[in-house]
Amino acid sequence: MIDGLLIGLGTVLVPENLLLVLAGCAIGTLIGMLPGLGPISAIALMIPVTYGLDPASGMILLAGVYYGAIFGGSTSSILINAPGIAGTVATAFDGYPLARSGLAGKALAIAAYSSFAGGTLAAMFLVMSAPWLSDIALGFQSADYFLLMLLGLTLVSAFASRGEYLKALVMTCIGLMLATVGTDLTAGVQRFTFGRSDLIDGISFLVLAMGTFALSEAMMMAMSRDDTELSDLQSRLRNTNMKVSRREAAELAPVIGRSSVLGFLIGTLPGAGATIASFLAYGAERRMAPTSVEQADKSSEDTPFGEGNIRGLAAPESANNAACTGSFVPLLTLGIPGSGTTAVLLGALIAYGIQPGPRLFIDEPGVFWAVIISMYIGNVFLLVLNLPLIPWIARLLTIPRNYLIPIIVFFSMMGVYLVSFNTFDIQLMVIIACIAVVLRKLSFPMAPLLLGFILGGMLEDNLRRAITLSDGSWSFLWDRPITLSLTILTVVALLSPALHISWQKLRGVL
Amino acid sequence: MMVSATLSKASLCCVASFQRLALFVALALSPTALNAELLPKVHFLIPAGPGGGWDGTARGTGEALVKSGLVTDVSYENLSGGGGGRAIAKLIETANRQHFTLMISSTPLVVRSLQGIFPQNFRDLEPIASVIADYGCFAVKADSAIKDFADVVARMRDNPRSIKVAGGSVKGSTDHFVFAKAVALADINPRQTVYVAYDGGGKAMAGLLTGETELLSTGLSEAIDMARQGEIRIIGITATERLHDAPELPTLNEQGFPVEFANWRGFFAAPGLPKERYQKMQYTLRKVVETDAFDTVRARNQWTQLYHEGSAFTDFLVEQERDIGNLMRELGFLR
Repeated sequence: MIDGLLIGLGTVLVPENLLLVLAGCAIGTLIGMLPGLGPISAIALMIPVTYGLDPASGMILLAGVYYGAIFGGSTSSILINAPGIAGTVATAFDGYPLARSGLAGKALAIAAYSSFAGGTLAAMFLVMSAPWLSDIALGFQSADYFLLMLLGLTLVSAFASRGEYLKALVMTCIGLMLATVGTDLTAGVQRFTFGRSDLIDGISFLVLAMGTFALSEAMMMAMSRDDTELSDLQSRLRNTNMKVSRREAAELAPVIGRSSVLGFLIGTLPGAGATIASFLAYGAERRMAPTSVEQADKSSEDTPFGEGNIRGLAAPESANNAACTGSFVPLLTLGIPGSGTTAVLLGALIAYGIQPGPRLFIDEPGVFWAVIISMYIGNVFLLVLNLPLIPWIARLLTIPRNYLIPIIVFFSMMGVYLVSFNTFDIQLMVIIACIAVVLRKLSFPMAPLLLGFILGGMLEDNLRRAITLSDGSWSFLWDRPITLSLTILTVVALLSPALHISWQKLRGVL
Repeated sequence: MMVSATLSKASLCCVASFQRLALFVALALSPTALNAELLPKVHFLIPAGPGGGWDGTARGTGEALVKSGLVTDVSYENLSGGGGGRAIAKLIETANRQHFTLMISSTPLVVRSLQGIFPQNFRDLEPIASVIADYGCFAVKADSAIKDFADVVARMRDNPRSIKVAGGSVKGSTDHFVFAKAVALADINPRQTVYVAYDGGGKAMAGLLTGETELLSTGLSEAIDMARQGEIRIIGITATERLHDAPELPTLNEQGFPVEFANWRGFFAAPGLPKERYQKMQYTLRKVVETDAFDTVRARNQWTQLYHEGSAFTDFLVEQERDIGNLMRELGFLR
């Protein structure tokens, strides 16, 4: 392994390849900042350029683009509530409120530090464990994915603000229902498409996220008439201070550590991915947060989750980056792409005449290790590249809102259109945004909707696969040790609030 | 072109301009490159977003056109929606403005017309030529007891549900059809077999490797490299004869199961244009598939050459439509 690391270092640490990492990060960040245009588009754009390079250099460039695009995506999430890619939707939950409260510089800085830490930690895990992690990925069957998604759904209670559990539950159900639109994978029939061929592939997550977040936010801004509050906000937004205090850093460190491990492990599963990782990390962190009573005792400064909590920003950011690194495990060691982005990367590798798989790090150690080292270096470059730019980027918010609102509307529509080149998606997004505005006015939370939507499709497909595979029996829930442990974990998660209450009652009696 | 290839290694940002320069020089030196029979420019209409199979084939063909110097003015337009129906409708509605347009399509064109996802079918367009194909294949894990397709049939005769078959797309897609057709030839009712649908070929491959399914039905291009690495074994492909590029792979045909299926990709033009316009389009595609540049693109993507043009292409489509239609009726997807 040490030999491999040295080979990798030797390949990456030549001026030409360092320049490629830098170029990749810069290009990726720029593309990723445009809402909707994520790593898939960025990499697809760059692939033709890499044909002239040798495979290691090509992959180094593409890995840089990949990381840059993810990082850029979080910038638009934080600043204008328009998630650049699915993986940064959860970043907007607390990042955007934080930026609106006048701490845009700090929010961007925390995002940069968390991404860096998540990516770097994950790159280390990858170096230590890639060869045997592929075995874990191959241990996960459809039944296990089903339970993992179910476990994710139990987090919904964490997404509810105080006393709004019913509303959060309603939104989750709507999300689950929206996920059933389109062609049903198992039976091959169309559901709820109303005869419209535009709906045969279902509703795209990007359209739903942009409609419920970016566009409805722009509408809400246009509707608010409180100018005094706004001018006050304008002056606060000029504050681009990005300092993170020592106390905050100490508070964030364990969050980043936990979220990175979680994100990396979920990223290594070919059927999960960065979006799920970021949602789960956010939900887990929010669930772990002290309840309101305890919070009041501990510190009154803590902002509740969903209103600009720094832990709610750090968790999805580090998990997202760690998961992206994790997704290289099945790609490089098994040759299996777990996400759209890694599928595009696999195409690029094959085009160079390299087949990823169990023999890659024996046959092509140069490529294998160079990619891993370039991930690490890419993270360093991203941090160095972006920290000095943050004060400038954060100034975007000081644009007067009569200009800012059209900018948000323009970019969200353009982003959605450039992914599918279908005007129907824009119409659908506008309809979704109008409904979302009404629901938001009635204080229905939007995050559970997205959680239900993103987990719903995979929940159903995997459940139906598991049932088909076990010939209609439910025994798959306990047949294999992995499944059994996940089943127990899910049951405990579902029952824990009830258990907690009865325990306290019991204690009161004694 | 060698010049530009070396240069692109040296300086990344100048690749495009150097290529254009090299091309310009090449054209200036050899006036014969400008053939009157060729289209002066080509506009590719891609009925899907960037990054997929249709996009890759159109851009790959365009790359070969430019690199070989056949056509230098090449443009692309992505227009997704309605499983490809939106692009078809546009091509027909604006036919008088589409004199240089070639629309990429593939087997799903036939399947989706049959399903009624869009009202048009290939007869409403002008089939120009198919250029490449991806054959179907069946694969098992390297350590599987199944050696050939006869083993699969023997076990399924005892119990049709005993072998779970993974596929990378929905029930009723080509991965499913190919398998259904093969077992139907062995007098096994395909409706009694178990097809497990995955969201994409990669996840179906993972399903095979985790051992939750025993057989995988997928495109050859998605399986061949894993087979060469010794992770999986391909027990049959749906080409009529063994392939020139991969002679080690047995066909289903030689095992006594005459399943012939090619997932073609080819180009269509707007209806009602002058006949000589179609001839130019055919000539351009016939020329480009013969170039080394196209061979490079083809090898890079593991595509097999399958060139039919004009009426031969139409006959091929009619035959495929009949085959798939019959099978869909047998399987209960069509009434």
